[in-house]
Amino acid sequence: MSDRVPVLKIGDILLVSIQVDLEDQMVLDLQDDLSQKIVATSARGVVIDISALEIVDSFVGRMLATTAAISRVLGAETVVVGMRPAVAMTLVELGLSLGGVRTALNLELGLGYLRRAQASSPENR
Amino acid sequence: MDSDDSKRLLELLSARRAELIAQWEQTVAASLHGRLSTVELGRELSELYDAITEALAAGGLAGRGPEYGVVRSLLVELSRNRARQGFTPTETAVSVFSLKEVLESLLGGSVEEIRAYLQFSHLLDDLGLFTVEEYARTREEIISAQSQQLLELSTPVVKLWDGVVGVPLVGTLDSARTQVVMEKLLQALLDSNSTHAIIDITGVPAVDTQVAQHLLKTVVAARMMGAECVISGIRPQIAQTIVGLGIEFGDIPTKATLADALRHALVEIDKAASTRAAGLL
Repeated sequence: MSDRVPVLKIGDILLVSIQVDLEDQMVLDLQDDLSQKIVATSARGVVIDISALEIVDSFVGRMLATTAAISRVLGAETVVVGMRPAVAMTLVELGLSLGGVRTALNLELGLGYLRRAQASSPENR
Repeated sequence: MDSDDSKRLLELLSARRAELIAQWEQTVAASLHGRLSTVELGRELSELYDAITEALAAGGLAGRGPEYGVVRSLLVELSRNRARQGFTPTETAVSVFSLKEVLESLLGGSVEEIRAYLQFSHLLDDLGLFTVEEYARTREEIISAQSQQLLELSTPVVKLWDGVVGVPLVGTLDSARTQVVMEKLLQALLDSNSTHAIIDITGVPAVDTQVAQHLLKTVVAARMMGAECVISGIRPQIAQTIVGLGIEFGDIPTKATLADALRHALVEIDKAASTRAAGLL
């Protein structure tokens, strides 16, 4: 029995703030919840905040890339925000570059990026 | 037996204290060629002399024993000072060994005296070795502190503009330095809330595949935190080498000069700002 990571809705953006170190089951649950919620709320963007994470292993690293790919398929863009320097260095050493995942320094910049991206997308013109 | 010897020594040392210290000071001063003031030397040696006499009085001729704690700490101080002032190990150890010479000239012919002298000489040998050990340790400390300093000095991260930090790299990049550069750059990005970083390699003498690999790692790490990197300061010679070696920088923008890179970063920031100014955020 493990906890679930909450997925919060702000307008048409979903916010996932990861506060505790992730176990593998939680990661899988999160992927499940998130894709359900994107469909249910027809969200246009997803922000995953990992500023509280001190350790990101290759499994979680891959999960971030997979989640980004899943949301893109469902029509929402993902921004990973608040990665710590130590985490970035670890991921580089592990050979993961999170290619294809948008990143931002903090939540504010991430939200700003998503809003701009939506505003400039052809559907909203 | 041992205590007999040390008692005899003690008598000799305390009876002719002033004379012995003066002679000792003279011998040491001669070996140091006047590079240390006689006042300072005199103070050091008389403190040491008294400490040795006290230790002898407490009994024991074992230089590493508990009675010699004071003597050892004085010697530590002495060798540290000598090491910092740039004296050689010989010049440091001679401060201890020359006490033997001084004592030798006062020696009578009796067997007991000679035996006592030999015991004392063993003790001084031990203390001399201790001095050299301490000297070496201090030099090690100085060297490691300097290399640490060099590492920190050679990797500054400077703020160039609001939202732009610069890393002027000087010297060859190895994995240890890359680690330090990466750490400092990422922390600076976070602290200054910067979205752009410029890595200037004007001061890097040569770029080979290894160095390029290190640069790429740094850029990828910065990207994962959400900041864009520009590599600048690529000299014509380096550009030729990079192409010759077939190094690919992928989609990382590279510029010839720091000015070009800064302009590039400012244009990018301006793009983001203008959309924000249009009331979208």
